[in-house]
Amino acid sequence: MAPMSKTNEKTQTPIHVKGLRKSFGDQTVLNGIELEVAQGETLAVLGRSGTGKSVLLKLIVGLQKPDSGTIQIHGQEISGLSLDQLNQIRKKIGFLFQYSALYDSLTVEENVEFSLKRHTQMAATERKECVRTLLGSVGMEQDLSKLPGEISGGMQKRVGLARALALRPDILLFDEPTAGLDPITAREIEELIVRLQKDRKRASIVVTHDIHGARTVSDRFALMDHGNILAQGTFEDLQKSQDKFVTQFLNGS
Amino acid sequence: MKAQVTILLLGIACSAAHATPPSQLRAFVASARASVIKFFEWFGEWALFCSRLTRAAFVPPFELRELARQLDELGSKSLPLVAFAGAATGVVLSLETRDSLLRFGAKSLLPAVIVFSIIKESGPIITALVVSGRVAAGIGAELGAMKVTEQIEAIEAAAVNPYKFLVATRVCACMLMLPLLTLAADFCGIFMGWVANTLTDPISLRLFVNDGFKAVTFNDFLPPTFKTIVFGLIIGVVACFQGMRTQGGTVGVERAAASSVVLSSLFVILADVLLVRLILILFP
Repeated sequence: MAPMSKTNEKTQTPIHVKGLRKSFGDQTVLNGIELEVAQGETLAVLGRSGTGKSVLLKLIVGLQKPDSGTIQIHGQEISGLSLDQLNQIRKKIGFLFQYSALYDSLTVEENVEFSLKRHTQMAATERKECVRTLLGSVGMEQDLSKLPGEISGGMQKRVGLARALALRPDILLFDEPTAGLDPITAREIEELIVRLQKDRKRASIVVTHDIHGARTVSDRFALMDHGNILAQGTFEDLQKSQDKFVTQFLNGS
Repeated sequence: MKAQVTILLLGIACSAAHATPPSQLRAFVASARASVIKFFEWFGEWALFCSRLTRAAFVPPFELRELARQLDELGSKSLPLVAFAGAATGVVLSLETRDSLLRFGAKSLLPAVIVFSIIKESGPIITALVVSGRVAAGIGAELGAMKVTEQIEAIEAAAVNPYKFLVATRVCACMLMLPLLTLAADFCGIFMGWVANTLTDPISLRLFVNDGFKAVTFNDFLPPTFKTIVFGLIIGVVACFQGMRTQGGTVGVERAAASSVVLSSLFVILADVLLVRLILILFP
């Protein structure tokens, strides 16, 4: 596929998923997912554990291949791209993993520096300055030389967030950003996400099962069950839904 | 009575024949089919792994800083263990061989026997097995843990090739460090062989070394030392492969570490058999 011009790219929907299916053996995880996320919009994908929410994010970033369906990032279909082409797309996407997935053997500073070192022409001093700014924006500028094992879960999330923002991505994917955190730290992370979204209008998907958190950070919601999106829209739209599962999910939380 | 027993046995046989229903046969066929598929899947994964590794190792950019870190991690941190194993081998060789040579009145050959044994076989194989135990387990467990904690996916998501960053660097480090560690094992083995010898029958180090190396040629020394590059390749590739295909949480990590050690040791021994034969043909 021919590379797209920058102006054309900006006019395209950042994330467009159509008819997405994915199975692992006999188990169907995604069964025809359809969703779109506009520039500056945050979509929360809600659902019970094991309904394929994380798989959806991994498919969007090309870590897994779909059985069928299309995923377009800024109008460019990602399945069928070579690894080099896919990597060009990945540079535009920041991914915060469920358990942060910081590189154990690298310090906090090196973790954030990892992408910058490999994908930018920055001089070492400029790069270090950029890393400090990024870590400062998530309140972690004091712990540059610590290893991931030496900091708390909440701090790891912050560093993971700084790492995801390093290449100034247009798209952010959050996989359970507050999972395993105490309520206070979870609220801090949510506020951080909201602040980062305000600073730069990105398209974001937040996968979570925490409705309160989702309401804080998201504009629109999609509720998944058994590989299908049962309802999609604002929170008020979801509340009006007659679907039994949707009602149960919203009331049960 | 006999007739009754015969009838009873016939009855059991008949019921057994009826009890071997097609369902059992089907289960056996399904299980055999699954094993065959698993076997071919393993080979497919192996081929894919090797092609990715080859591309990562030869196509720039290279992860030189990570390679240097791995050289330190795999090489210098294995040095004390390898030196100790080499020294112990030297002592044992000296004690055992001395007794045997005394019986045949060939005590004067002791330095040459120790030197030849160590540089031609004991040094390289002991080094490879020690490194296989320490390094292969470490690589298998480290990459396995990275796999199950999504760190490898995080590297991919950051548009970095994990085969370049994690696999090629470790395999190259193993290949580069094995010959150097073998030299250390050879040195410690020969030196401690002299120490053990001189404690019972004093002999100067100079005389021991002169006697030991008198008949040694480059063909005795270089091919056995450089064959450890192949051992390094085996250890690195097996451990990285086992680590990168880890599944199933901490149990999977434990399995990856254990299988890395077992398989790499086994393949090193098998490769040694072939390489010794090859060296004898190429360097007679």
